[in-house]
Amino acid sequence: MTTTTTPPGVTRPVPAPRRTAARRSSAFLATHPRVRLGLLLTAPLFWLGVVYIVALALLLVTALWSVDSFTGQVRTEWTFDNIVQVVTGSLYQTVTLRTLGIALAVTVIDVALALPIAFYMAKVATPRMQRILLIAVLMPLWASYLVKAYAWRSVLSQEGILEWLVSPFGGHTPGYGLAATVVTLSYLWLPYVILPIYAGLERVPDSLLEASSDLGGKPGRTFRSVVLPLIFPSIVAGTIFSFSLSLGDYITVNIVGGANQMLGNLVYTNVGAANNLPLAAAIALIPIVIIFGYLALVRRTGALDNL
Amino acid sequence: MSVIPAIRVTGLTKQFGSTTAVDHVDLEIAAGEFFSMLGPSGSGKTTVLRLIAGFEQPTGGTVELFGQDVTGKAPFDRDVNTVFQDYALFPHMSVLDNVAYGLRVRGVPRTERRDRAMRALAAVRLDQFAGRKPSQLSGGQRQRVALARATVVEPKVLLLDEPLGALDLKLREQMQVELKQIQRDLGITFIFVTHDQEEALTMSDRIAVFHDGRIEQLGTPRDLYERPASRFVADFVGTSNLFDADLSESLIGRRGEHSIRPEKLTVSAEPPSGAQMRSASGSLVESIYVGSGIRQVIDLDAGPRVTVLERNDRSRIADQERGGRVHVSWHEDDVVALIPPGA
Repeated sequence: MTTTTTPPGVTRPVPAPRRTAARRSSAFLATHPRVRLGLLLTAPLFWLGVVYIVALALLLVTALWSVDSFTGQVRTEWTFDNIVQVVTGSLYQTVTLRTLGIALAVTVIDVALALPIAFYMAKVATPRMQRILLIAVLMPLWASYLVKAYAWRSVLSQEGILEWLVSPFGGHTPGYGLAATVVTLSYLWLPYVILPIYAGLERVPDSLLEASSDLGGKPGRTFRSVVLPLIFPSIVAGTIFSFSLSLGDYITVNIVGGANQMLGNLVYTNVGAANNLPLAAAIALIPIVIIFGYLALVRRTGALDNL
Repeated sequence: MSVIPAIRVTGLTKQFGSTTAVDHVDLEIAAGEFFSMLGPSGSGKTTVLRLIAGFEQPTGGTVELFGQDVTGKAPFDRDVNTVFQDYALFPHMSVLDNVAYGLRVRGVPRTERRDRAMRALAAVRLDQFAGRKPSQLSGGQRQRVALARATVVEPKVLLLDEPLGALDLKLREQMQVELKQIQRDLGITFIFVTHDQEEALTMSDRIAVFHDGRIEQLGTPRDLYERPASRFVADFVGTSNLFDADLSESLIGRRGEHSIRPEKLTVSAEPPSGAQMRSASGSLVESIYVGSGIRQVIDLDAGPRVTVLERNDRSRIADQERGGRVHVSWHEDDVVALIPPGA
């Protein structure tokens, strides 16, 4: 019996890796964690700091300026006039409430639609069906926002497909207005609500559902006591999308909302037609305040603890 | 009239697509029995367990629980409970809430379910951890919480799906004893799925060895170990020196396939003398010290390589030289005839 360990034909030992420049710098980085961290974070921190936070701060500052009514120039004198006007003006109050109502309605509808779809995708469907559904959910995102909004305009019109579908049963299309706005926005933001809930459900092991059933829990009980508490943070993540996107929207309401205005429309007209950037900035602060309020509320439920 | 078995499974079949996971399994498990289903992964043992629990619906056959057909029933309508392989504790609930879950579902009042859950936790010596979350417990503690959660609702049958698989050896051995004690105290039927033959042998009243979706052999641990009915069982349950028909004829002097356990073989420098002893000569390939014994691998001159396990005994020659000439001997009674599958 032979005792050689090298396979026949191999005579040369495996060479050591060559000392290239890339190799040397990698070796330097491997022993200098601070430099590594600096290289990793400089660019994103610059982006976050300059482009993001400064822009937001400028908005806040602009809201405290005013416009000279003769020249139309922005006067850089501090004043709370815009803020006071936005908070006390009945037009702004009405539009704020309307916008808030639309955003809430859209969020409730989207969660109600997303939960069963996401549950089916994550827990019932075969892996193949799961992939197909995932693509189906993502597919609308490939199309332009405007095209989708105009598609709904066509669907909801008096001669549209919805009227044709429901009129035999005595129904009618809601036409253009608030209902149409809610329907269209719900459609637009649905993927953003399905995806986080789906991801959350994926992380819930099947054995937990089986364990609940095994211990006597019927499906409703299992959903309330096991599934819902575990995916609550994912639902909240989804609602943040649908809620904040609805709050800031003004195009959909222009296309299918009839004469109705949302906060975004007021911002748009004040920047454009009225040439009053400070007032526009003050209006834009409303959704920011609302979102902060919403996040504070969500925080109290503990949903963000494990984020 | 015979006693009604805790579980009766008749012609149970489960197909996943084109693969048959469980193939016409018939099984009767008596009340109060510690019954193990042993087999390699993919042998169908876990699927049988899931069919009994109701997590899967069979393609064919029936499951009876104390004489009552439960085949079409949902898991929550079956009086069996499961200890899951990954424990499946609810991560958002405290240990106490986990254990009390089954009682809460059944509408037991708050104070009563608290008391009963605490008693179940005390039984597994975890009452001082009642307020913790499962993530704050060790693997062995989680395992015991899962056990308390499944037993607090007093099921007639407890199903255990490789419950000790994730534990380290020492803890596993300790839990084996504990499980056995709990089973005896509660007096309920345990159906225990495992791929660890040693675990099955030490704990069970009876064992079913699964292979390719069928039961290969069913019997007491002693039956399986001393009288394996097939090549597969002889090889899977413990280690065996297998001899095919030709070798059996020349070495053992019998027709058909045979096996001999390593500990039934003896190694000596000289051929042994004595009635009913047979021996074969060979050369020592490897001598491995395993603490409690010495495992020796020997190439017999007749062809096969055999393993001999000798007790770590002072009288033994500790180190035989590798390549040295030795004699392997055995008693006629220790030879086990294997029934070829399908015979």
